[in-house]
Formats: sequence, C-alpha cells, structure tokens
Amino acid sequence: MKNEMNLEFSSVSENEAFARVTVAAFIAQLDPTMDELTEIKTVVSEAVTNAIIHGYNREAHHKVYITCTLNDEEIELTIKDNGIGIPNVTEALEPLYTSKPEMERSGMGFTIMENFMDSVEVISNPNEGTAVYMTKQLSKTKTVYN
Amino acid sequence: MGLHSIFDVKGDVLIVRLSGELDHHEAELLRDKWKDMLYVNPVKHIILNLEEVTFMDSSGLGVVLGRYKEVIQLGGEMVVCSISPPVKRLFEMSGLFKIVRLEENEEFALATLGVAS
Repeated sequence: MKNEMNLEFSSVSENEAFARVTVAAFIAQLDPTMDELTEIKTVVSEAVTNAIIHGYNREAHHKVYITCTLNDEEIELTIKDNGIGIPNVTEALEPLYTSKPEMERSGMGFTIMENFMDSVEVISNPNEGTAVYMTKQLSKTKTVYN
Repeated sequence: MGLHSIFDVKGDVLIVRLSGELDHHEAELLRDKWKDMLYVNPVKHIILNLEEVTFMDSSGLGVVLGRYKEVIQLGGEMVVCSISPPVKRLFEMSGLFKIVRLEENEEFALATLGVAS
C-alpha cells in the first residue's frame, strides 16, 4: 500500500521540532523500532535546519516542504526549500564541512543523513533551492516479546 | 519538549545538566547561557550531563564543540557523562570522543577532575 503526506511550514527554527515529530507520527503506522524512529527524526531535523539556516539564511517568511511516502516498509522522504541553493554539493556533503563555522555548525548534517538513511540524494540549483531525497527500508522482522 | 538547562559549580568545574531536546533552535538559546556561565564563574573544566536528553542532532554537537574550544582556552577539559545510546552514536560518528572524555556518571566525572561530589 502506498501512503503519502505533505507538509508545508514557515522557515522558523521553532518548526524543526514540529517537523520531526510530525514525520515520526506519520511513519509510526509502520511500527518502526525506537532506533529507526530516532534516525528518521534526526535526519528530518538535519535537513529542515539546513533549509532554514543555509537555504533561507534564517529569513522567516519562506516555506519548507516535506513529502513523506510509505511504500510497504520503505520510507521516501523529500525535504525541499526554494532558497539560495548549494554552490558545491560535493563539498557540502563532506564530513565536517560547513559554510557557517562562525555559527558553531558542526558540519555533520549530511554525514548523519547518509549514516541513518539507505540513500541520500541532493539536488540543488543556485537561487532555485535545494531538495534532499532520502529513502530507508525498515527492518521487516521484528521480535515480539510477550 | 524544548530544552531545560541547569548549571552548577563545584570547585573549578562547571556542571551542565541538560534535559529535553537539543536541536538547532534550542542550541542557539543554550549557547548564550552556557557562554555566560563559563565566563561569570571561576571555572576551568566542564562536565556535561546528558542523562535527560531525549533528542540531539548535529546542532547539538556544534554547541558542545564550541564550548570545548573555550574550555581548552581556559586550560581545562570537557567530560561528558550519562549519555544515552542514540546520543552516543552521534558523538561516535562525529569523532567527538577523540577530544571529549566520556564517563559513566557525574560522580565519576567529578572524581576524575579532582573534585569530591
């Protein structure tokens, strides 16, 4: 069964928690493990934070878009902004790389996304925005304790 | 949700106890408070107690890394304790344990810094 939800919200940092909790609530129907749920929440938080502070330079009047599709046990997640884009995606994906070291960014956002998801693809165009496509297959066999 | 922080000073150690969710939004608020506490008090070391932290992402790592750099300037060190498995995973992924020491709990951490709890 295919099941999809779309989310659109203002680019303010208060919405980082809203976004990850909402996506977690949507995927809860697949009965993920606690680890899987934490991983999904973390990657949503990373991508939404990137959209707000990098894509939109912390301007609050823009929108961040999330699409989440459930295909049986597979999760497809797209997090998109219409911001300034990433000039060099390859560089941005490197661990510890940050364009904003003065803001105490750790440069670990994309590394965490790549570690927690099965696939991560970044499409970015200058002045058009950035879309991060991620997929994750949930573990099929779950031990049931009685 | 949100993040709560409690600061405590024992000897030359600033103890930072966090509870809740440490994301970008909360990290920015925490950073200013933490920086102030570090400069207002005559401390050298930091113990970061993460026992009650239920969520953390790379923005949390950033604020920890920022304070680590400041504590090094003071000639001290940073010790993290009572860390949950998901947060530990983030620290491992980012290589933070190469510079920040991990202890089981606050009492042990204090003892290693020569302060009786």
